Amino acid sequence: MTDGQRLSLHVPEPEVRPGGKPDFSNVPIPKAGSVRRPEVDVDPKEIRDFAYSIIRVLDREGEAVGPWAGSLTPEELMEGLKHMMLLRVFDSRMLMAQRQGKTSFYMQHLGEEAVSCAFRKALLPGDMNFPTYRQAGLLIAGGYPMVEMMNQIYSNDADPLKGRQLPIMYSAKDYGFFTISGNLATQYVQAVGWAMASAIKNDTKIAAAWIGDGSTAESDFHSALVFASTYRAPVVLNVVNNQWAISTFQGVARGGSGTFAARGLGYGLPSLRVDGNDYLAVHAVAKWAAERARRNIGPTLVEYVTYRVGAHSTSDDPSAYRPKEESEAWPLGDPVIRLKNHLIRIGTWSEERHKQMEAEIRDTVVAAQKEAERHGTLHSGGRPSMRDMFEGVYAEMPPHLKRQRQQAGV
Amino acid sequence: MPRMTMIEAIRSAMDVSMERDDDVVVFGEDVGYFGGVFRGTQGLQQKYGKTRCFDAPINESGIVGAAIGMAAYGLKPCVEIQFADYMYPAYDQLTQEAARLRYRSNGDFTCGITVRMPTGGGIFGGQTHSQSPEALFTHVCGLQVVVPSNPYDAKGLLIASIENPDPVIFLEPKRLYNGPFDGHHDRPVTSWAGHPLGEVPAEHYVVPLGKAVVRRPGSAVTVLAYGTMVHVAEATAEETGIDAEVIDLRTLMPLDLDTIVTSVKKTGRCLVVHEATLTSGFGAELAALVQEHCFYHLEAPVIRVAGWDTPYPHAQEWDYFPGPARVGRALRDMMET
Repeated sequence: MTDGQRLSLHVPEPEVRPGGKPDFSNVPIPKAGSVRRPEVDVDPKEIRDFAYSIIRVLDREGEAVGPWAGSLTPEELMEGLKHMMLLRVFDSRMLMAQRQGKTSFYMQHLGEEAVSCAFRKALLPGDMNFPTYRQAGLLIAGGYPMVEMMNQIYSNDADPLKGRQLPIMYSAKDYGFFTISGNLATQYVQAVGWAMASAIKNDTKIAAAWIGDGSTAESDFHSALVFASTYRAPVVLNVVNNQWAISTFQGVARGGSGTFAARGLGYGLPSLRVDGNDYLAVHAVAKWAAERARRNIGPTLVEYVTYRVGAHSTSDDPSAYRPKEESEAWPLGDPVIRLKNHLIRIGTWSEERHKQMEAEIRDTVVAAQKEAERHGTLHSGGRPSMRDMFEGVYAEMPPHLKRQRQQAGV
Repeated sequence: MPRMTMIEAIRSAMDVSMERDDDVVVFGEDVGYFGGVFRGTQGLQQKYGKTRCFDAPINESGIVGAAIGMAAYGLKPCVEIQFADYMYPAYDQLTQEAARLRYRSNGDFTCGITVRMPTGGGIFGGQTHSQSPEALFTHVCGLQVVVPSNPYDAKGLLIASIENPDPVIFLEPKRLYNGPFDGHHDRPVTSWAGHPLGEVPAEHYVVPLGKAVVRRPGSAVTVLAYGTMVHVAEATAEETGIDAEVIDLRTLMPLDLDTIVTSVKKTGRCLVVHEATLTSGFGAELAALVQEHCFYHLEAPVIRVAGWDTPYPHAQEWDYFPGPARVGRALRDMMET
C-alpha cells in the first residue's frame, strides 16, 4: 500500500426504501409552459438545456399553457382520454386474468398510459415502432383490435403468434409495431437501422425506438445513439424513465449523468425531457421530434419523465423495494386524471360523462375478453397446436426439423 | 442437519464464502437491496455491506467485464446474470476474455470469476427466460461449466466454483429452485423438504468440480443427465421398470469421463438427455465420447432425447420439454434394440 488517499467505492442508493417517507424533492419540476419551443431545425447546441428541464403543458389547474400547447383539438384530446382509459381497463382485466391463472404473465402500464397513447398520434401510417413491453398504448391508440391482444396474452387457438411468445410480446407490422423481444435494448439500434433503410430508399417513413431507464445501461442503447448520430437517421429515440427497473432505482443506470436525456448530448443529438404524465406535452414533443425525422433533419432523443405505479410485472412485489406510498407522492400526478381535468376545464367534459364513459369502456373490454376466452386461455379451451411449434423457425422447414416433428407425432 | 431449498443452498454458499473471504464480492441486476429476482442473494447486502453485494446497471457485458477486472486485481467475484437468456451481450467478455486471460498472459493474469445464471424452462418463461445455453460454454476452451441438480450439490459446487482459480459458468436449473421436478407438470409441485439432498450443512464444504455421481444404480442402460433432467431420468426409470443407471454429470467441463465409461461398459447401452436443443448440444459431445471409449461394449446406438430444435415456445412448453413420456419411449426403444 502506498501513502496515497484510501479509496472507497461509491454505490448509489435511492433516497428512500420501504418504511421511509417518499421524497421527490430532488426531482425539480419546472412550471408548465416555461420551456421555449424552438423550430425543428434548431441547432442542437442551442437547446442543450432541454436535456435538464421538463417540457410541460398542463398546469395544476388543468390549463394548457405555453408554447408547446395547442397541438391537438378538443376532439383529439377526447380520443386520447379514451385510449388511456381503455388501456387502463385492459390492464386491470388482464392483470386479474393472470391472477386467475388464465395466463402465465402480465405487465401493466399504470401511470404511464400517456406516453405510448399520445406518441402514437404523432405517427403516420407506415412509420415503425420498436417497442418495449410497456407501450401497448401504441396498439390501442393505433386501432389494433383488443381481442387480438388478448388472444396473444391467452396463447389460445386464435393467438396471432401461435403461442410461441410470452404474453404481451405482441407483433403487428401493419400497425407499425415491431415484434417485441423479451431481452432488453436489442431493438433500440434496430429501430435506427430501419430508419436508415427508409433513408437509403428515399422513403418518407420514420422509426421510433423505445427503451426504459434501466436498459439505457445496455451497450445496444449506446450503439443506437452512435448510429443515429453518425447517419442522422430519421428516428425518434424514446427513453421512458419510470424511475424503477424492477427493484433498481433509475440512479443506477443514470450514474453521474444528470438525466437520461443528457446521454444524447455527447452524441450531438437534440435531447429533450418531457412530462410523461401530460398527454398534451407528450404529443407536442413527439410531433416535434417526428417532424425533425420526417424533414430529414435527423434523430431526436426524448426522455419521458414518468412513474411506474404498478409492479414491474406479475412476478414482483414493489413493496419489497420501495415505499408503498411513493406513487401517491409522485409530483407529476396521474395522466388520466390530468387530461380529464383539462377537458372539464375547457368545457368539453364533465365528471358525469366521465363516469359514463368508464362504464362503457369497461363493457367494451369485458366483451372483448369474453370473445377472446371463447378461443381459450392458457390452460383451458382452444390452444395453438404442437405443430405450430415446429413452423416458422425457417422459411422452409429443413429435413432435421421435419424428422423431429414426425418423431413428435404431429 | 438444516434443510434448504436449492435457492437457499445457493445463497448459503455465497454467504459462507463471503464470510470466510473478504475478497468475495457479489453483484448483478437486482441482487443488492432486493436480493435477486429469484431471491438468490437475499440478505447478503445487509450482512456484508453494499460494496460487497450490490446492484449492477442492466448491462451484462459490463457485469462480466467488471468482474474480470476485479479478478485481475485479486478479488473473487461471483456475479449473477438474471437469466441465462440474458448472457449473450456478455458472451464476448466470457469467451474471448475470461476464458483466455490465463493462457494469453501465460499466467500473468488469471480470472477466478463465477458467473451464476438461472437456466432451463418449466416456468412458462417463453423463449427469453427458458434457454439452456451450456453447449455455448462447453465449446469454449478455458471455461468450466457446472449444472447442479439439488440443494446439497448446488452449495458444495458453488463454493468450489468461487474458490476455483479459473472462470466457472454456474447454471442453475430454475425449475429446481424450490423443489425437485420430474417432468410431470400436471402433478402437484413437490418441495425439497422430503428429499434427502435437501439436507444441507450450514457450514463450509465443497463438492469438487469434475466429479459425476451415480444417482440411481442400474444394470440395463446408462442415462447421462444433468440439472432438471436428472429427476426426469430417475422418475422414468421407476415408472418404466427399466433398470437404468442414472448418472448426474454435475460438471460438464471438466467432464468425469471415467464414471461414464465405467457405467456404459457395464450396461452396454447409453441414453443421453438434456433440455437444450438437440443439434450441436452437449449430448453430441457425450455421444461421441461414449462411442469412442465404449464402442465394443455397446449393444445399441447411443440415443439422445433433447429439446426440439426450435426456440422455447410459451404455450407448448410441455410439448417442448423432454419429459418422462419421451424419455420413457426412448428407454423402451433402446431395450428392444
